[in-house]
Amino acid sequence: MKQWVLEGLHTGVKSTSYPKSEERAAGVSPGRPARPEAISWQEAEELQRRCPTGAITAHGGRLEVDYRNCVHCFRCARGSGAAMDWQPGYEWAYFTRRNTQSQPWPKSFEGSLHILVVDAGDCGACLNEVRQLSNPYYNMHRLGFFITPTPRQADILLVVGSVTGQMKLPLLQAYEAMPTPKVVMAVGACALSCGVFGPSFVAGCGVSGVLPIDVEVPGFPPPPLAILHGLLVAAGRKAPAPPSDVSTVEGAVAKLA
Amino acid sequence: MADLIEMTRQAEERWPGLVQSWVDRRKPAAELRCSRSEILPDVARWLASDLGYRFAGFVVEEQPKEWEIRYLFYHPRVTGWVYVLLQQALEVRAIPSISSQVHAADWQEREVEDLFGITFEGHPRLGDFVLHDDLWQEDVAPMRRDFDEETALAERKPRPDWRPRRIVENPGAFVMPVGPIYSGVTESVLFLLETVGEDVIRAFPRLFYKYRGIEKIAEGRTVEDCLLLAERFAATTAFAHALAYCQAVESICRVQVPERARWLRVLLAELERVRHHAGVIQEICESTALSVAASQAALLEEDLLRISGGFAGHRYLFGLAVPGGLTVDPGDPACLRVVDEVRQTVRQLNELEQRLRFSSSFLDRLEGVGFIPAQEAQDHGLVGPIARASGTDGDLRKSQPYCGYDQLRFDVPVETEGDGFARLRVFFAEARQSVQIMQQIPVRLNAGAVQAPVAYQSGVALGWVEAPRGATFHWVRLGREGVIERYRLITPSFVNWHGFHLAAENFAFQDFPIILASLGLSVAENDR
Repeated sequence: MKQWVLEGLHTGVKSTSYPKSEERAAGVSPGRPARPEAISWQEAEELQRRCPTGAITAHGGRLEVDYRNCVHCFRCARGSGAAMDWQPGYEWAYFTRRNTQSQPWPKSFEGSLHILVVDAGDCGACLNEVRQLSNPYYNMHRLGFFITPTPRQADILLVVGSVTGQMKLPLLQAYEAMPTPKVVMAVGACALSCGVFGPSFVAGCGVSGVLPIDVEVPGFPPPPLAILHGLLVAAGRKAPAPPSDVSTVEGAVAKLA
Repeated sequence: MADLIEMTRQAEERWPGLVQSWVDRRKPAAELRCSRSEILPDVARWLASDLGYRFAGFVVEEQPKEWEIRYLFYHPRVTGWVYVLLQQALEVRAIPSISSQVHAADWQEREVEDLFGITFEGHPRLGDFVLHDDLWQEDVAPMRRDFDEETALAERKPRPDWRPRRIVENPGAFVMPVGPIYSGVTESVLFLLETVGEDVIRAFPRLFYKYRGIEKIAEGRTVEDCLLLAERFAATTAFAHALAYCQAVESICRVQVPERARWLRVLLAELERVRHHAGVIQEICESTALSVAASQAALLEEDLLRISGGFAGHRYLFGLAVPGGLTVDPGDPACLRVVDEVRQTVRQLNELEQRLRFSSSFLDRLEGVGFIPAQEAQDHGLVGPIARASGTDGDLRKSQPYCGYDQLRFDVPVETEGDGFARLRVFFAEARQSVQIMQQIPVRLNAGAVQAPVAYQSGVALGWVEAPRGATFHWVRLGREGVIERYRLITPSFVNWHGFHLAAENFAFQDFPIILASLGLSVAENDR
């Protein structure tokens, strides 16, 4: 046993400096598309056509990226022709329209929140990123977040996946079993939108049709730091990000006329 | 090649007039067309038991006038595929079950019965598999062409009083359900533990809570749209599945992938394998509550995720493989760097393995736990590291090479004990072999394009890859203008969950997480 103690001490502190300061290590986030500075109307329409999930829309002289739908396929950024800008970062979580207040629960909850993780049809990636939150790099325990196996002790219901027909009832039962106040956090494009699997006879279009969502974390999968940001947003300890990136397509009006 | 031709000659001799054979030298593949369904179990038994072919799975296709059912076999030492083809009129609703002869077909037949409504005569247990009996009516068959989802959904009859079937009927015995939502960060699956108290007699998984109907929703999609499904239905091994799918499409469209893209694909596939295995090792350490080792392994897994993200833009290697090659070329310096980074990470994994090998409390919990006997592993047709830890040395990279694996030097680690510790050693050893493969890539990278143009045409092909969890098969039928007509997925987790109950037999409750972790199964890959 001694060797393990020494090994642990020898490794030293590995935890990220986030949320105190930004984490800059390579590969912590896949990034996401952002509207380019200057773009023609034709280019905007081409980008819309290349996006397989309808995350990029160009209409009425506006180019919009809805991050709920973005699945990181990189089709708008790679290949020939117009390309979206790519922005690094991971502070992606925001409150839904239903819940605009910054704190859904009493202040005494702020420091310690227990999370029930429910896989409602996940492909494995979002869940694996949630799992990474307990590794020494992210170590969410230092911020007062804990995974609990039972809904009876949970404050936050963290849902990943598109809510398949056969997972709908267990998900609802888990939600019902949680004490109030409770917060529902939907993580990943499948939980926020139709993703790539829905809608179909077995896969739904995310959590919103089943449960009221409070915090959304977009991404496919959102990297661990984005999920951590979501938890901090839910706890009222970090400012939320905007859910979409909207801009006027420059020159579009002139070209349409 | 000669083996395949000899095999077809023997088959025609054994069943004169009933089996017609045909050999495609390009793939290479042989087709045995059975004119009567009664001989099917016998043909399957002959291939599997007498000739040593392995049953990979089967593909059911509803053609305009008939069922086309292909049983796919391959030999662990002979390159080439054997399809046993059965054509039946669409009115036929029952065919003989082969699972009494080839047990590996057991779950595959249950799946087809649930999704196509075809009954397998002689199968002991059909029903309640993919579509759960507590939600769906029995007569619904979603994979049929005339399936009407509106009616099927409207007619659903939820049965909240549904109870699982019990097998152990001893006094004092009871079924303890665990799941589908249980403990920590876990995928959704229900375990039915048949127990008399402290000891569990058997444990059966009830899967498909996450059934997303990938094979159904793929139909009618374009090749590009279906690529998103192939890549993302089991995203922890995304690149392997995307690669299998792309290879099937490339085979249909007769595209020659540029050499540079081929080697880069090997590099990415092995990077994914190392990352996946590090994750499994982490879960094994975690399950034995050896915290420092679990943390060390978690650091290495996250390191590998970051290396993947830095190298390819995405931590799970999304958006890279496309039919024709790859979407990006990371460049030679990045390839050299990634090989070096992975080599260093795996060196740390090796150090971890050495420490684990001398931790008696850790070994006590793994040795002899989750034992899968070699014969059972073969009978159940298990694949991947689980099969190789039970002495079955199958690896598609060796027997059915793709991507140029036949030009690379590597070993396939095999252990014979078949317990949790043997599987752990296989995961470590395979990670080392992956590094050895990766190190051979940079010198082979010639300058050139990484993507060839693809002109879609109609046709059908099999794509196969030795994914991190084992052999995976993607069967793709393209119609005109690159529209998917049939997409069949045979995944290693589906095959290996079938053997889960072998490992979970007569154990103490506290060993359950260890057995589960040591198998490294994915539920998403099964519930496709």
